Amino acid sequence: MTEITPLALSVTNLSKRYGETRALNSVSLMLEQGEMVALIGASGSGKSTLIRHIAGLEIGDGDGGRVEILGAVSQAGGRMNREAARGRVAVIFQQFNLVGRLSVLTNVLIGHLGRVPRWRGTLGLFNAGEKTKAHTALTRVGIPQVAAQRASTLSGGQQQRAAIARTLVQEARILIADEPISALDPSAARRVMDLLADICREDGITVLVSLHQVEYARRYCRRTIAMRDGAIVYDGPSTALSNDFLAELYGAASEELVLPEAAPGNPPDPAAPLGAEPHKRQTVLATV
Amino acid sequence: MTDVIATTGLTDARLAIGQTSAKAARGSKRGWLVALVFAGALAASWGPAEMGRWTYLFSDAGNMASYAKDFLKPDFKEWLSYLNEMLVTIQIALWGTFLAVLLSVPFGILSAHNMAPTWVVHPVRRLMDLFRAIHEIVFAVLFVVAVGLGPFAGVMALFVHTTGILAKLFSEAVEAIDPRPVEAIRTTGASRLQQVVFGVIPQVLPLWISFSLYRLESNIRSATVLGLIGAGGIGQILFESIRGFYYPQASAILIIVVATVTLMDILSQQLRKVVI
Repeated sequence: MTEITPLALSVTNLSKRYGETRALNSVSLMLEQGEMVALIGASGSGKSTLIRHIAGLEIGDGDGGRVEILGAVSQAGGRMNREAARGRVAVIFQQFNLVGRLSVLTNVLIGHLGRVPRWRGTLGLFNAGEKTKAHTALTRVGIPQVAAQRASTLSGGQQQRAAIARTLVQEARILIADEPISALDPSAARRVMDLLADICREDGITVLVSLHQVEYARRYCRRTIAMRDGAIVYDGPSTALSNDFLAELYGAASEELVLPEAAPGNPPDPAAPLGAEPHKRQTVLATV
Repeated sequence: MTDVIATTGLTDARLAIGQTSAKAARGSKRGWLVALVFAGALAASWGPAEMGRWTYLFSDAGNMASYAKDFLKPDFKEWLSYLNEMLVTIQIALWGTFLAVLLSVPFGILSAHNMAPTWVVHPVRRLMDLFRAIHEIVFAVLFVVAVGLGPFAGVMALFVHTTGILAKLFSEAVEAIDPRPVEAIRTTGASRLQQVVFGVIPQVLPLWISFSLYRLESNIRSATVLGLIGAGGIGQILFESIRGFYYPQASAILIIVVATVTLMDILSQQLRKVVI
């Protein structure tokens, strides 16, 4: 162990404007290594935009916002540092984003591309060790039998697990999942969340997962970050997110975040520590 | 509640009908104008196109009849040499199309807006426009001058023209892909080329194959015509026999061409089914 462990992820004053809309409004957050953190918010609150910035798919406005991954700056002041951004964060998407016409195994092998020599990756010449690693990853996510099938023939839940296998092969220390379960039925959703929790616990990988429904955040993540209108409005223990508090945070939009069986008015989670009184962060209003 | 919706729906429908009829009235006026312009263009073109000669179709019908009579008795005595030349024509088309497909892959990707920056897309597109705008025959004449009479000039002519067409079709397929899998591959740290190889090509491959097979068919037809200016193949002997008034032979050659083109059509359809 080195004397100082760098933060897994640090976002500082990141803003993004699309024309008139402020998709991100001076967002700052920090993740310790090995944490599993939920990111909640109604649709349009900026969750996906934030994730795309952390993943290096978008560049923030040039007003000094920065993203650091394991201590290395991946973007700052609207400029991308490709070396630091490339392949260091593994991403899982809502729509799985596998290449449907390629086999599941090839889709998983794609996870190697950032690390094998360029020419070999481009020609698709993966060696035996790399293939074994891909098979092992598929076994771990519970779908070794579909390796040779086209990805498009899999069910949604299986596709998402194949996508997770791809991130395992990528061996990034940070895993970001953008609404990984909102296109899945409840049982498939639970399996995917169990897998993410397992990856965090067993491999010590930092997981940031954006969720539409706060139930999953309460069940799987100790810490939750809540967004509204492109800004972080809450960052603290998930247990403090009672339905009443959500209603206070989101108003009418809170209905979208709560499962029907957990309608507002339910007693707060008894496991919530007494001292964890939710504190609302002051929303910074746009001054420009 | 339902009543209210029903009534509003009805009013909406009536309103829509009113608008449609107004639009129809405007439409019919415009339709008349278009018809008038079209009729004017036809009238103006009558003289230059020498349409006045239509009477010759009947006054010289005897010529046509003797022409047709010879064509009705095809002479297959030299069928082996015809088949040989037909094969050469297919081989010209095969090479011309193959080279075009090879070059259309990079040109197609470089002229897709979602793959290359505008300053690359526009020059490449204009170059492809140029390739496409000039007919194979014109390219064949140029290449006959450069590389001499014979099949190779035909190959080069088909190659250049087909590249212009396929690159455009390929780039349209690339512009219609789902960008999300490509993004997912980008997050693994893959290079631009690797994103294309693993994310773009698998998505467009069925369309690309389909376009290429279609162009192979059309190129077999085109290669027949290229013989006219001395670029080899069955076209060359077809025009030689027509010019020499050997109509029974010409007829036999035409039958072989039609049969081959039909056969290739069926074959490429089967091939498409297998690949896609």
